[in-house]
Amino acid sequence: MKQIIDAAELNRLIDRLAADIASRNKKEKNIALVGIKRRGVPLAERLAARLVKKRAGEIPVGAIDITLYRDDLQLVAETPIVRGTEIAFDINGRTILLVDDVIYTGRTTRAALASLLDFGRPKAIRLAVLIDRGRRELPIQPDFTGKTIETRRDDLVDICLEEEDGKDGVFLTLRK
Amino acid sequence: MPRARTKPKRKPRKAAKPGGGRAKRAPARRRSKPEPYVPRLANLLGISQLAPADITAILDQAETFIEVLKRPIPVVPALRGKTVVNLFFEASTRTSTSFALAASRLSAQCVNFSIGSSSVKKGETLLDTARTIEAMRVDGVIIRHSMPGAAHFLSRRIKSFVVNAGDGCHEHPTQALLDAFTLRRRLGTLKDKRVLLVGDIAHSRVARSNILCFSKLGARVAVCGPPTLIPPHIEELGCEVFYRLDRVLYEVDVVNMLRVQTERISSSLFPSVREYRALYGLTAERLSELNTSVVILHPGPVNWGVEMDFEVAELPQALILNQVTNGVAVRMAVLYLLAGGQVGDTDTAETK
Repeated sequence: MKQIIDAAELNRLIDRLAADIASRNKKEKNIALVGIKRRGVPLAERLAARLVKKRAGEIPVGAIDITLYRDDLQLVAETPIVRGTEIAFDINGRTILLVDDVIYTGRTTRAALASLLDFGRPKAIRLAVLIDRGRRELPIQPDFTGKTIETRRDDLVDICLEEEDGKDGVFLTLRK
Repeated sequence: MPRARTKPKRKPRKAAKPGGGRAKRAPARRRSKPEPYVPRLANLLGISQLAPADITAILDQAETFIEVLKRPIPVVPALRGKTVVNLFFEASTRTSTSFALAASRLSAQCVNFSIGSSSVKKGETLLDTARTIEAMRVDGVIIRHSMPGAAHFLSRRIKSFVVNAGDGCHEHPTQALLDAFTLRRRLGTLKDKRVLLVGDIAHSRVARSNILCFSKLGARVAVCGPPTLIPPHIEELGCEVFYRLDRVLYEVDVVNMLRVQTERISSSLFPSVREYRALYGLTAERLSELNTSVVILHPGPVNWGVEMDFEVAELPQALILNQVTNGVAVRMAVLYLLAGGQVGDTDTAETK
């Protein structure tokens, strides 16, 4: 396991992501962030904190658990625990920015979209990710990307966030 | 997809003790925060087979399904393609409806096996019925039967998962789970709470499951009823016994009333309904003795004016309808945990 991004760089990536989101949503009044559990949630909160400084008005943050929408529920060895979805605002007519730490196959995003659309009809849904590790299996691409890295199928990319893991950083484990 | 589950599923079933049998925990994952405990249940036959951690995990899952039920579209695709059968050999509306609703909220299909129009009338045995249903390839069977052990019997003979929805005077685990869930939501915890079950303890499967469930969650359980309706050795389940309601009512946190099984009144177990009401009924007059924070449960249906007065059910601390609502969430959690994952070697790995 080797560290490919340290805490300082991770924070710079989030800064840049927030700046990118702000500059491309200048006219968007009604915007909300929804983090995909687990690490998308603290990431969404950090992005929201930075976005609020750049623009006036509150930005609500929600959390979505995609477990019940997974397409591999019947395949996994162990029933995954559902951690619960918390979306305390009306998504109808809003622009929703979906936030996750890594995008890989695109299946998590697919599940998140399906779940989100059961809550209403947002004006638009955009996707922001910290790391794009490629190897998509579905035609889904992020609108905002922190950093793109090359990986092989068996590699493991671990994003660590202070709120969840006690430290910030991105780690890559190469599997033989 | 071919039913790959049948083969590997057989194996752990044999090794596990008959009944709830929990398989071993999966290897720890490489995450920093501790992963929550995942109960690996093959069946839900009774509270007696569940460890306190299993009960807590089921209740925690039910909490997330409460949120699902409040959504504008209260349906999730988790169990799409799964089929469960409601096999009810005894009359029931709320339990079978609750299971059917729970299944449909998870996108599973639920078929009701109606006893009135079935071959049981023609002399088909329980095993024949079960095998017939299994040959139709269902994933789970929810059974209610008047014989204690019917669910256990079935679970050893069919590959589908089995949920006990009441077997005679033995157990009714989902009722106990939803009662515990309702209490946990109201009181925060059951630990060190005093819970009093009042009524026909001897014939009540709800009593047996609830005593076990509440005690496993750390509550101090007591029972109260006419001596004829208190079975001998009940204190071995870990509960205190009282015969005078007025002696104990004022000092408990929860009163769990049980239904007077009117079909047994004629069998001279107590002299009259009037006397029962006077001694053991939760009447409007007794309310003055209750402190306002005492929580009231009843599994329903209530015999108004016998074990409970209608005014009592109107009180804010009477959670009878909350129990019904929570029942759907708890049964969703049970079905999800039994049918959700599958025994196999595919890893949960990274699917971002």
